[in-house]
Amino acid sequence: MKKIRIFFHSIEEAFKSVFRNASLSIASISCIAITLILVAVSVILSYNVNSFTSDIEKDVTIVAFLDKEVTQEQIDEIKTKITNLNNIASIEFQSKQQLIDEMKEENADLENILNQYTEETNPLQDTYLVKVENIETIGKTAEEIENIEGVSIVKYGEGMVEDLVNVFDVVKNITYIVVIGLVLVTAFLISNTIKITIQTRKRQIEIMRLVGASNSFIKIPFFFEGLLLGALGSIIPIIACCYGYMYLYERFNGQLFTPIIKLVNPDLIIFNIIFFVIAIGVVVGALGSYRAVRRYLKI
Amino acid sequence: MNLIELKNVYKQYSNGVTALCDVSIEISKGEFVFVIGKTASGKSTLIKLLYRQEKPSKGGVFVGGINVAKLKNRKVYKLRRKLGIVFQDYKLLPNLTVYENVAFALEIYGLRSDEVRQKVMKALEKVGLKEKFKSYPDQLSGGEQQRVSIARAIVNEPKILICDEPTGNLDPKTSLEIMEIINKINEEGTTVIMATHDKEIVNKYRKRVITIEKGILVSDKEKGGYFNEKD
Ligand SMILES: Nc1ncnc2c1ncn2[C@@H]1O[C@H](COP(=O)(O)OP(=O)(O)OP(=O)(O)O)[C@@H](O)[C@H]1O
Ligand SMILES: [Mg+2]
Repeated sequence: MKKIRIFFHSIEEAFKSVFRNASLSIASISCIAITLILVAVSVILSYNVNSFTSDIEKDVTIVAFLDKEVTQEQIDEIKTKITNLNNIASIEFQSKQQLIDEMKEENADLENILNQYTEETNPLQDTYLVKVENIETIGKTAEEIENIEGVSIVKYGEGMVEDLVNVFDVVKNITYIVVIGLVLVTAFLISNTIKITIQTRKRQIEIMRLVGASNSFIKIPFFFEGLLLGALGSIIPIIACCYGYMYLYERFNGQLFTPIIKLVNPDLIIFNIIFFVIAIGVVVGALGSYRAVRRYLKI
Repeated sequence: MNLIELKNVYKQYSNGVTALCDVSIEISKGEFVFVIGKTASGKSTLIKLLYRQEKPSKGGVFVGGINVAKLKNRKVYKLRRKLGIVFQDYKLLPNLTVYENVAFALEIYGLRSDEVRQKVMKALEKVGLKEKFKSYPDQLSGGEQQRVSIARAIVNEPKILICDEPTGNLDPKTSLEIMEIINKINEEGTTVIMATHDKEIVNKYRKRVITIEKGILVSDKEKGGYFNEKD
């Protein structure tokens, strides 16, 4: 019961302090808010980059053309060999006959020409369509497939795919670094602001120590104060970013410039964004205030 | 066992000043002890050792069974809860009322508000300031402010009351009033240690007097006073 009363007392003190030092609190809150807006933008960005890269990954296929004179036996053997490689997600056989049929369907003009070919004279080659698990090492996998006996050429849109994936990876990593940096800088700024509020309460803390307050009794209100500043600082970023993203999504019909780049549906990520923003805000605030008092109580 | 004991205590500040030199004192429960001496003789240093504002450089300081010299920073509050401390400058919080200033010392215990009210009013009654509980410190005279700080010191009924020149800022008449309150608290069983250089008070009350000169304990007399000393 006593512990509970002391706990509520700490929370009450934290609220009082936030309001009493209104101008400093507003400074801290704005500072946190700016960081959190950038955090939210980064989170939205990285969800989209992730979804886009996995979309591409789903589409990218290695086409392995088999030698013209392969036997059915060899075809089966090649399949086993490919399946045994690392990084293979799926494999599908497409015979030259199927290819011709497909082409006929797609283009009526071609049909007559293509009809001239018989099973033996078909100029096309049997192929395996292979999908990979990790697109970053697609080049290596393609090479391994090409080395299998009976495979003549391998195609997968070399270079372009890897470059694209690399660019997105760089974008993601920069985003992470920027977010971590911002979080640290903000925690530092918060701790300085709270230090100023401690200065003004120096006398109060001195007297608290004299009448027998433990360090944690003195510290906890400051800790809650940091939490509170973090939570208050996350309100505007959450509203701005969630509504902003929903608006953009509607405005661009869920795609960016071309239908290839699909935006992630806001409904799917909005709770994650809210969670991230609040969590980071609260952590930043608490870290900052903890740092501020810890220094101060070392007497 | 003695309530307070100093064993061969040395105190040298980091700037090299030796404020106390081989001081040994024993104080038992219920005593009233004046600590006197010229300015910079080491009175405040002695007091600060008792509530662990300073640590001794050498020697042992025991207060209420706690070895103050070995007390970790984190545990200092345990000692402070056994003590009431009164200063020359009152150390009141200007934005709190008299009542709140006294109740401030009870916040750490998480008491029910009716318990707090009862204890605070009892302490204010002892110092004769019950009617002014709603006033703010700047609306009170120096003597009244000192009463508030005494009320805060005794609100948790400590075994020991430590005073560093409690009458230092007050005129002779007010000083005597404050002394009356402190004496009464002592008569009710609280051990009192008071540093002062108020000759009139020391000579009037005829208590145990410890004299310090340049950090050295030069006399320790029952019913002592300023007899032949010039200052
Ligand atoms: N924190 C400190 N750091 C360095 N030296 C100090 C410190 N506090 C006190 N001193 C020195 O220690 C000596 C004793 O000081 P102390 O305050 O104990 O004297 P005092 O007897 O209380 O004097 P007064 O009657 O003026 O209050 C002085 O020379 C003082 O300058
Ligand atoms: Mg002094």
